[in-house]
Amino acid sequence: MKILVAVKRVVDYAVKIRVKPDKTGVDTQNVKMSMNPFCEIALEESLRIKEAGLAKEVVAVSIGPSQCVDTLRTGLAMGADRGIHVQSDSSFLPLTIAKILKSVADVENPGLVFLGKQAIDDDCNQTGQMVAALLGWPQATFASKVVLDKDKKFATVDREVDGGLETLCVDLPAVITTDLRLNQPRYATLPNIMKAKSKPIKKMTLEDLKVEVKSDIEIVEVTEPPKRKSGVIVSSVDELIDKLKNEAHVI
Amino acid sequence: MMMMHRWRRSGDFIRSACKSLSSFRQKHNSMSPSVTGFMNRYESKVNTFEPNAWSHQYRSFGSSSSSSALKVKRNPLFSSLESKDVSFFKEILGERNVVEDEERLEIANTDWMKKYKGCSKLMLLPKNTEEVSQILKYCDSRSLAVVPQGGNTGLVGGSVPVFDEVIINVGLMNKVLSFDEVSGVLVCEAGCILENLATFLDTKGFVMPLDLGAKGSCHIGGNVSTNAGGLRLIRYGSLHGTVLGLEAVKANGNVLDMLGTLRKDNTGYDLKHLFIGSEGSLGIVTKVSILTQPKLSSVNLAFIACKDFLSCQVLNHLDGVRNPVSSSENFYILIETTGSGETYDREKLEAFLLKSLEQGLVSDGVIAQDINQASSFWRIREGITEALQKAGACYKYDLSLPVEEIYNIVNDLRGRLGNLANVMGYGHLGDGNLHLNISAAEYNDKLLGLIEPYVYEWTSKHRGSISAEHGLGVMKANEILYSKSPETVS
Repeated sequence: MKILVAVKRVVDYAVKIRVKPDKTGVDTQNVKMSMNPFCEIALEESLRIKEAGLAKEVVAVSIGPSQCVDTLRTGLAMGADRGIHVQSDSSFLPLTIAKILKSVADVENPGLVFLGKQAIDDDCNQTGQMVAALLGWPQATFASKVVLDKDKKFATVDREVDGGLETLCVDLPAVITTDLRLNQPRYATLPNIMKAKSKPIKKMTLEDLKVEVKSDIEIVEVTEPPKRKSGVIVSSVDELIDKLKNEAHVI
Repeated sequence: MMMMHRWRRSGDFIRSACKSLSSFRQKHNSMSPSVTGFMNRYESKVNTFEPNAWSHQYRSFGSSSSSSALKVKRNPLFSSLESKDVSFFKEILGERNVVEDEERLEIANTDWMKKYKGCSKLMLLPKNTEEVSQILKYCDSRSLAVVPQGGNTGLVGGSVPVFDEVIINVGLMNKVLSFDEVSGVLVCEAGCILENLATFLDTKGFVMPLDLGAKGSCHIGGNVSTNAGGLRLIRYGSLHGTVLGLEAVKANGNVLDMLGTLRKDNTGYDLKHLFIGSEGSLGIVTKVSILTQPKLSSVNLAFIACKDFLSCQVLNHLDGVRNPVSSSENFYILIETTGSGETYDREKLEAFLLKSLEQGLVSDGVIAQDINQASSFWRIREGITEALQKAGACYKYDLSLPVEEIYNIVNDLRGRLGNLANVMGYGHLGDGNLHLNISAAEYNDKLLGLIEPYVYEWTSKHRGSISAEHGLGVMKANEILYSKSPETVS
């Protein structure tokens, strides 16, 4: 069985996000970019399934500009067998990404598609669900535990839902999106970084995949959250009570 | 930082003792006969191989140190605190900034390692240089001993009182005074916390030229006073290079304005250098002007393992930390490179590491793929001190040695201590700074006798320094002659 994992290149989790002055989006110039943490978890889970002997190959796919190759190299250094880079310089919304991933899945024919539950840049949380719908496969989202049966006929997935867990059993092939607590991704070790250099990354274009890009969603404006006002230190209980009464009007 | 009056007024360190400390002192300096025996052998060996003036110098001191240090007593010339003193301080500082509360004093009296403890009855929190000056002027006239204090993160007992000195804590002097976005010169008050300065500079696109594990609590004034080294020394140089100016208050209350922001200034003696690393013995640093560096966008971090060192015991004592490399090796090295082109920098680092791997210099390693991973690697390095503290008693030595000698002392000491204690060494490979740590279940005289003065003599023999970046403090004030000639000290 083959596992297809989607990995997205996003602004690093630890970087403070700056909105572009013209409010068209987030500033990504000279900003540290890394693999989306949820995608890392998805990749880690695929690798563990492969290491358990239940999958033969893990293929990482990334969609975007040429620097996505760096993200794929990270994936290969973690242990993916090969990469697919769908080259495109424009940024896409989830439906387009899902169509592209569907076409890749049609070509690769995997038994499982793993995705992060959402990307930390746009927080859409839509792609996995759309891929499943387009492929007509069952989906298990927000996975916190994934167990495959020996014959690879179905997967048992724990989902984190409000106030508890839901356990699903999905027939394969299926789409699984991963939540934070599924696993702790491994580091890229030097020997694996070395090996990754010789692993293939296949370039594909939207034409190759016959995906027509059109979007019926327009981003109107991106703005920063309102700035928090700084607090004040009051010098006495009386002053505090006074402020609560006369300024905050809460007592 | 340490007591300025101690140097100024009492050459012989005579003080009337506070109970706990005098007994501690004795423990600290007692030496078992077996050690003396060893020392003799050691000396003869040195005479055979290195019959030079240097070895004579360290020997002459080595034999006298054990007895002289026993005499640390409170200098009777210092007066004791009276209620009129407290009222005077309240008058100039205001009620709130004169601390007599026992709980707060308990914290201020105890050093970070809980190894040194004073019994001061008063902590003052001045808000500006003028107040520091008034305090010192008054203390000078009343012969009250004082100890300057910053974040109290020192490791050598320099930031806490030895006896009942008045604590002058500069924590309220925490304002950034100016920042020049063209030259990168930052002027700030001494009580600014290093991490806060770093955060402030980050928004301006600059970085502090120094960084250290205690950044969340240590003050820039304390950093300057102890000439802190830290993690970026190789890249940006020592504080003697990056500090452009200082304002300090002398013991008599006189304010020395050396707060220049010039890169070049050859008018007479450069007095600020005397204050850098003086540990408060010359005065209290109140303002600092420091040259900061433009932040480089690309930071690459590698955590690598080499054959030949000890267990990664740090990992057992820190929460939420895991070993980045699967194998357990003897040596771990953290390499951080900064530059302006990420892809190029990473390729360079990878190429270097891969070549080292091929040649067998490195046995395993990881390269941080994102900032989160990078911080988890740094967490391991910066958490070593914390982990050792949780592991039990810990004797710490901060040695500067020729790089090729840096690890031999760890091996020698392991042979010497056997299974009495766990000896580990870490530090700054690039600048020859070894943090030698001897971790045991508890502090005991026998163990200390085996360690001191052996460690100091070893260091002296190899022409190292017994304090690379922590300072002398109370711990090593009497051992200065291991690293400096008597002429220099006097």
